Amino acid sequence: MSSDSATASIRSIDVGISLLEANDRLAERNRAEFRRRCITALNLLSSPGAGKTTLLERTLDQFGRETRCAVIVGDLETDNDARRLRRPHAPVVQITTGTACHLEAAMVARSAAAMDLSGVRMLFIENVGNLVCPASFDLGETARVVLLSTTEGEDKPLKYPPIFKSAQVVLLTKIDVADVLGFDRAAAIKNIHRIAPQAKLIQLSARTGEGLEEWYDFLRTLVPRT
Amino acid sequence: MESTLALAAAKARDQGATRIHRIVLRIGALSGVEPEALRFAFDAMAKQTPAAGAVLDIETVPACGRCEECDLEFEVTSGFIFTCPKCGRISGDLNQGRELELARLEIS
Repeated sequence: MSSDSATASIRSIDVGISLLEANDRLAERNRAEFRRRCITALNLLSSPGAGKTTLLERTLDQFGRETRCAVIVGDLETDNDARRLRRPHAPVVQITTGTACHLEAAMVARSAAAMDLSGVRMLFIENVGNLVCPASFDLGETARVVLLSTTEGEDKPLKYPPIFKSAQVVLLTKIDVADVLGFDRAAAIKNIHRIAPQAKLIQLSARTGEGLEEWYDFLRTLVPRT
Repeated sequence: MESTLALAAAKARDQGATRIHRIVLRIGALSGVEPEALRFAFDAMAKQTPAAGAVLDIETVPACGRCEECDLEFEVTSGFIFTCPKCGRISGDLNQGRELELARLEIS
């Protein structure tokens, strides 16, 4: 074969496929399944230590008494969080991702299939603590909730904009210790509004309970009435 | 990049091709993906695949927002703060600029 004919045999094909297509397809399948079962699914995202698990403990103990909840929780290792969240009235499944720094739709599908979701109206998906990679992976959630704690910098939204950009709700957590830490709440809120004007903002402390009623009221608006 | 190469190899195989000569990606300016990181991964991983020796082309898609107030479409040049150049309102979403797409292949 001459080099000319080798060149001539090269052809161009248009593909036009999203590199996240496999995950996006599974996420849509999850979304359809959750909708069919009247389950509201929330994807909770934050850096490690922002208070996702503590907030969920309180939420299961209070809101979870009126609305049946379930939790899928992701970490690189250990089932510590699942043990903290386990309640007789709320099924919990731990995903250990090993080296993966985020949850993917396929992991959520497998976990949801392994749980008893009968009667469950609210599914909390606690993502791996990470403000970068989880932003790119749709899990099929109804809404994304991003937590920012007062133990972090006020400028976190400016430093990690994609995840805040993708949020429907931003929770400013640990507000009980804001003053002690010298955390400038007004500056943080301004930064959240600049990056995520679309997001609803709730300020709360899972420890003192301040703001939790507003959080539960918000959850109530998401639960389909049956 | 691993899944991109796998996707490209599958598409080439579907077309009865054994070699990939060029991979064209469309990457949004605010997709969160660093073209340099993609190139680095491509160089490291392509060797054992049908794309060994292939050219990697990365087309950047500019970020465009739309102002909800005045319905103006505008290019976003200020990072992740989408400020309307006409009225100054900050909007929440993009029309384009998040793409992460395998656009085209050259195969034989």
